[in-house]
Amino acid sequence: MTEFLGAVSGGVGLGAVYTLLALGFVIIYKSMQVISFAQPAFMFAGALLVTYLTPQIGFFLGVVVAAIGIAAVGLVVERLAIRPMVGKPVFVIAIITIGIDVIVRTIGGAFVGRDPRQIGDPWGNQTFDLAGVTIYQRHVAAVVVTTLLVLALLAFFRWTPIGLAMRASALDQEAAMAQGVSVGSVFAISWALAGALATVAGVFAATNTGGSMDRNLWLVALAALPVIILGGLDSLGGAVLGGLIIGVLQQLVAVYHRDWFPFLDTNLREITPYLVMLVVLLVRPHGLFGTKEVERV
Amino acid sequence: MLAVQNLEVVYDDVVLALRGVSLEVPDGKIVALLGANGGGKSTLLRALSGLLDIHNGEIRKGVVTLDGASIGQLKASAFARRGIKHVLEGRRVFKELSAEENLRVGAHANRKNLAANLDRVYELFPVLKDRRDGQAGLLSGGEQQMLAIGRALMSDPRYLLLDEPSLGLAPKIVEQIRDIVVEINRQGTGILLVEQNATMALAIADHGYVVENGRVVMDRPAAELRNDADVREFYLGLGAEGDAAKSFRSVKHYRRRKRWAS
Ligand SMILES: Nc1ncnc2c1ncn2[C@@H]1O[C@H](COP(=O)(O)OP(=O)(O)OP(=O)(O)O)[C@@H](O)[C@H]1O
Ligand SMILES: [Mg+2]
Repeated sequence: MTEFLGAVSGGVGLGAVYTLLALGFVIIYKSMQVISFAQPAFMFAGALLVTYLTPQIGFFLGVVVAAIGIAAVGLVVERLAIRPMVGKPVFVIAIITIGIDVIVRTIGGAFVGRDPRQIGDPWGNQTFDLAGVTIYQRHVAAVVVTTLLVLALLAFFRWTPIGLAMRASALDQEAAMAQGVSVGSVFAISWALAGALATVAGVFAATNTGGSMDRNLWLVALAALPVIILGGLDSLGGAVLGGLIIGVLQQLVAVYHRDWFPFLDTNLREITPYLVMLVVLLVRPHGLFGTKEVERV
Repeated sequence: MLAVQNLEVVYDDVVLALRGVSLEVPDGKIVALLGANGGGKSTLLRALSGLLDIHNGEIRKGVVTLDGASIGQLKASAFARRGIKHVLEGRRVFKELSAEENLRVGAHANRKNLAANLDRVYELFPVLKDRRDGQAGLLSGGEQQMLAIGRALMSDPRYLLLDEPSLGLAPKIVEQIRDIVVEINRQGTGILLVEQNATMALAIADHGYVVENGRVVMDRPAAELRNDADVREFYLGLGAEGDAAKSFRSVKHYRRRKRWAS
């Protein structure tokens, strides 16, 4: 039982990373009906920026500054590379986001170097004991921060004029324009939010592996695609729940694979999200909370 | 004054939807814009509200002016900020937002008097106040039309462009909408009213235009149009004997068979 609960707590910590990434995908999807494949690069660049900032200004301030910095990168990328393409078929825009992903990761890769870089978080491998279950501090930190960010997002979309305008624009773009909503600002803000969220996701992806990052950190972000398929492309709640489900499932498979699949040598951990995605696409193509019409991109 | 001169609009670089249209919406007046399906009425409203772009439409010739200054090249948000609000054909409320959230989005272009405007809209449409927290998509067609109009009013517009507000509504509701339009106008907003229901539109308008195939074929005071034999036959559903075809449906059907210019 303690082993199970330990796996669940680790899974929730991992799920928090997926949730943050998936929220970015969903926010961009809702505002422009495009899946941005640039998210892995933003996550990578964000974490990388933190490794450079932490020695200068400390970890926490470093995360804040990096999130703002990557949000700014998101703004610039959207303005220069995406906005001129509006009106083109969505797969063209999706391919452009792949190009952005490759470019940003290549530039960032030059700053990583040969050895892993330290993110400089205060949690490291420290644990504490909760009713016999060993829990990592870094997982608690990931869950707390993610919860706060989700609540802040909910407040933003519910109470601020621009958040409300973004919801309206997602529902009916032309009607929102007729109210004076600037669709360009909606696009820009969604890219900035996705960039900031990806940065925080990148930080916790690094702390989850003990506090260091290498060139392959971005691979974690790919698992956010199964998450949004599970949760629904256009559902923020789905991103949260989907992230948790996939994170916990993946961690359970990692811990129990020897019991569950004794005939397999390879751990199924890495492919668990994609297996879930396949099942979801077969039985419920629009995901748990997605709108029916957006089942195919 | 809001106006267009010699306006030519093309969709997708090929479809010529307006072929040299001139029209004026003076402050504080009601102007009716009538015409058969596909005549270019909605296109003209889009040109007046910056919404051609999203339809891949483009002004080829002519100008859109506000108080004499050319504004045709501006973005939709700039039109809204300048006090021109377009109520789209088919109501287009934000179905998954509450009624009140719809209204708050309506204030996006001008949030100065949000609270006062909310009160004003609830006064005009008491039914919206009762259902303010309910999802807009669950409102009836008439209520959704009221919400769409109320939403446009939330930014204190100087001009309101209404695209077929009576479409698909029961005669009782159409009367209600008509009275509301008159009241909004009385409170100082200039109105350009596109209508299938010509009887209703000409009853309250000061001036009327008839468009056909992208051209203005009539441009007269509403009172003259009401008495014009052709208009009576084609748009009011009144035969030579003057017997009224009361039902909105039959008017529509009648017009679909006969075209103005033929
Ligand atoms: N988005 C669009 N793309 C291409 N062509 C369009 C578009 N919208 C309208 N048109 C064309 O422009 C012409 C004018 O259409 P418009 O919708 O302005 O007419 P309307 O008078 O509003 O008609 P209705 O009474 O049916 O609403 C029509 O030939 C129509 O097919
Ligand atoms: Mg129309």
